[in-house]
Amino acid sequence: MGRHRAQFRPPARPADPTGVGQERARAAHSALPAASPRASARSALPAASPRASVRSALPAALALATALGGCAVPDSTLATAGTTGTVETALGWTVLGVSSAVVLITWTLVLVASLRARRKPLPAEGLFSAGGGGMTWIMWGGIVLPAIVLTGLFVFNALALRALTSPGKPFGANIEVIGHQWWWEVRYFGNSPDQIVTTANEIHIPVGEPVRVQLATADVIHSFWVPPLSGKTDLIPGQKNVTWLEAKQPGIYWGRCGEYCGAEHALMQLRVFADPPAQYSKWLAAQKAPAAPPTTAETRTGQAIFNGIGCANCHSIGGTPAGGAVGPDLTHLMSRSTIAAGSLPLTRGNLAGWIADAQGLKPGVYMPTMAVKPAQLHALLAYLETLR
Amino acid sequence: MATVTVDTAPIERLKETWEGKGGLWGWLTTVDHKKIGKLYLATSVVFLLIGGVEAGIMRAQLAWSNLRILSPGVYDQLFSLHGMTMIFWYASPILSGFSNYIWPLLIGSRDMAYPRANALSYWLFLMSGVFLYTSPFLGQAPNAGWFAYVPFTLKPFNPGLNMDFYALGLLFLTVSATVGSIVFIGTIMKMRATGMTLTRLPIFMYGTMTASFANLFALPALTTALVFLYFERTFHMPFYAVGGGGRPLLWQHLFWMFAHPWVYIIVLPAMGIVSEVIPVFSRRPLVGYPIVAMSTVATGIIGFGVWLHHMFATGLPNLSLAFFSGASTLIVIPSGIAVFSWIATMWTGRPVFKTAMLFAAGFVALFVLGGVSGVVTAMVAYDWQVTDSYFVVAHLHYVLIGINVFGVMTGFYYWFPKMTGRLLNETLGKLNFWVMFIGVNVAFFPMHITGILGMERRIYTYPAGLGWSVPNLITTIGAYIFAAGFFLFLVNVWYSLRAGEVAGPNPWDAGTLEWSVPSPAPAYNFAVLPTVRSGYPLWEGRLLRRGRPPAAAPSPALARTPDAVGARAPDMAPDGSLVFRGPLLLDGKETFATSPLDAEPMSVLRMPEDSLLPLLLSLFMLAFFYGAVFKLWWLVAAGAGAMLLTIVAWTWPRSMEGGSVA
Repeated sequence: MGRHRAQFRPPARPADPTGVGQERARAAHSALPAASPRASARSALPAASPRASVRSALPAALALATALGGCAVPDSTLATAGTTGTVETALGWTVLGVSSAVVLITWTLVLVASLRARRKPLPAEGLFSAGGGGMTWIMWGGIVLPAIVLTGLFVFNALALRALTSPGKPFGANIEVIGHQWWWEVRYFGNSPDQIVTTANEIHIPVGEPVRVQLATADVIHSFWVPPLSGKTDLIPGQKNVTWLEAKQPGIYWGRCGEYCGAEHALMQLRVFADPPAQYSKWLAAQKAPAAPPTTAETRTGQAIFNGIGCANCHSIGGTPAGGAVGPDLTHLMSRSTIAAGSLPLTRGNLAGWIADAQGLKPGVYMPTMAVKPAQLHALLAYLETLR
Repeated sequence: MATVTVDTAPIERLKETWEGKGGLWGWLTTVDHKKIGKLYLATSVVFLLIGGVEAGIMRAQLAWSNLRILSPGVYDQLFSLHGMTMIFWYASPILSGFSNYIWPLLIGSRDMAYPRANALSYWLFLMSGVFLYTSPFLGQAPNAGWFAYVPFTLKPFNPGLNMDFYALGLLFLTVSATVGSIVFIGTIMKMRATGMTLTRLPIFMYGTMTASFANLFALPALTTALVFLYFERTFHMPFYAVGGGGRPLLWQHLFWMFAHPWVYIIVLPAMGIVSEVIPVFSRRPLVGYPIVAMSTVATGIIGFGVWLHHMFATGLPNLSLAFFSGASTLIVIPSGIAVFSWIATMWTGRPVFKTAMLFAAGFVALFVLGGVSGVVTAMVAYDWQVTDSYFVVAHLHYVLIGINVFGVMTGFYYWFPKMTGRLLNETLGKLNFWVMFIGVNVAFFPMHITGILGMERRIYTYPAGLGWSVPNLITTIGAYIFAAGFFLFLVNVWYSLRAGEVAGPNPWDAGTLEWSVPSPAPAYNFAVLPTVRSGYPLWEGRLLRRGRPPAAAPSPALARTPDAVGARAPDMAPDGSLVFRGPLLLDGKETFATSPLDAEPMSVLRMPEDSLLPLLLSLFMLAFFYGAVFKLWWLVAAGAGAMLLTIVAWTWPRSMEGGSVA
């Protein structure tokens, strides 16, 4: 048989193997008000956030190496910034380290056993008898050493489990996260109805204080997962699961749904903003206020359209008759950084695209395509932009 | 190899008795375990290819961020079918294929127990696959993953036929798996050669025996879960829906109580294959055979106590989590025993690297890598980060491909000469191995990284800016390399069937019974039914002599044995196995039944002739399930009635004087 070299052709792409250039281009593109809502909607980077631009500047290829080193790569479960995450991270590094050692040792043994065969003399009649000290291998490598190592790992694991049960200090906030297909409803508990804050897809927490998160779901099983801060906990119908978060440093932490929940499970993200306590209090106070009434003619027209074409059937706006409970609360829409459960940066273009063609951006989502004329759309957008 | 002189008249009589009809009719009515084994193997490979194509399409979609080649609806059906096809319609049946072909040859018998039921398990498997794969042509393939969590699979969220195909297709397959397990258990308990006690049983059979018992205990949980699902969807009985008093976690418990043992069912026989092959190519018996046999059974038993590790994030109490985390850690020990047995066998022997041994060594390496990522996920506190992420996808593919697929490849390269009479080409084989080994590592190692970087499972696309794009691209490339490697295997098979080197009875100089018969194995398997006195009957003389010259003449005790046929092979131990002398059993299709523990002969079994009934029963069951999925109750009733009539025909008493079955 003739030997020939296989010809591998890399996929036809511009010469940019790390993907940096493409990600930078996307970030730049999304910062501009896009002529076509669809084109800008393609980008998932919120250009406004400084952290995002840092993110986009990271060569993705380096991410492979730096992830293991725990450098500023977002969402590495081995470089976490939260209290629970830290315990999990320590356990993670340890068990991954032990695993790597085991792989190295056994692969070396297999390799050496294979290579030294060539210099071994052939046995009589081509067969070795039983014996030869083989059982020692099994005793030490198969039983004693694994038992010791695994016991150690398990003890570490059990201690971690205990440490993660509660933060050991009072909670700074008490929130409820309700999963929907395919967005997150976030409610801050309060002592009276006007103290309750309802928002969507974005959680603000005070830095250095643990936050109790109660989990519920409106439909199917979801899972609440903010990798830089903590492991995941499922949202299960009929069950009240509880978890807690604590960020040790200010920042924006990306999370997502961790349990397959239908067509758009892939685009069910959320953002956790860890703010210094004063900033957090200011944010919470602003969220408690109802929406300011529209003042200009255009925005009043926009509000009329909002109530007229059916938005109010699904969305609520505090201080107005709009009280729909199917979709996200829009009272302070403009205070958020993304729409469509974290998958689109909140820009005028994306908002227009979402209203006009939600199905094109996130197929299967329960937001219908709204038939709005361009003039109506402009008024509607003007109104929505007052919801700060 | 000793030459054996056997009187040819008995051979002709055996051929006439045991060879079934030829042609298509012969294949449709066969009860010959060798033909059934080949059917299982070929059909499983077809399902492997279908699952592979599904994976290839998904990997194209995931090669870079924000690609939109597929809609989410199509992607969800693809990943669900991929999982179901690989785990149910490929991984277990292919091991059944090897077991079917090889077991009677390994244990010195002429067939499996219950040959018609054996054929039935194959036809049910095929028909269940046909049933399942009707669904993509209707655009309604299962779309909730192979794990199908409620309430997403219930009518309000999944109104189409997708999940009905899921529930009924799997129920259909479980019938096949149950029947097959009963056949295997009957065979291993009652049809071993005289003298083949449990301490002399080939290690491969421990793997499949454990898997068969585990099947019988695990499948009822799945059946319950699926029946509940189908009845809730069709007749509105609230087993799972909270509104009616049900519990979503009920599904998860029932499903994982089955599915975790199932993953051991699909790896333990493959581990057994490698435990057969490594000794042969290391030129020595397996190190620690008794402890490896016990660890196989222990893995199967402990495997029933770890299912909750799939549910660590569901909010269960810490005590439960700790218990199951502990059990999941404990189960590493029997696997470690097996790994070090293989390493010790290679180390204290002298490995010869034919392709089968290359795959076996690659198997050991991938087994360890997959196993340690399992230890990572067993640590519940870190599992909360990596469960439902690509880390788990990496783990499961390393264990399933590393253990099942590489074990299967080892089995193919080892037993192909016995099945076909030709050797697979060694040059192509080595290329095949390296391309597959490189491909699997390039494809699946980066998934550990994307999982650690927070990439969740079961997503049809992912955003840019998270560092996921490059590892995913590498994975896609690796997947296609792996596919090319498997394609090389198919080329090797096609080429070797036509022009491969002709193999004699024992091309590998192996020690177990299947290598004492011609290649390919004749229809009657053994002319002379053997008696064994050790685990390696063809080696025992050399092993005991340790270099001393063979005995000049047979011992006086054996010279008195009445039914000697032909010359005694000179390298047999003085009171050793009788492989070429013994009873012939020529009065029709006969073989021995022996006692379960000590393998003393108890009776002579009369094996059935070829029959169309297994195929008919499977076709009627197919009609039954079509009725159930399309809610055509008349078809359900007609199918059930026809099945009942077929069973009556099957079990109709018949006379012993040469009366033939339908």
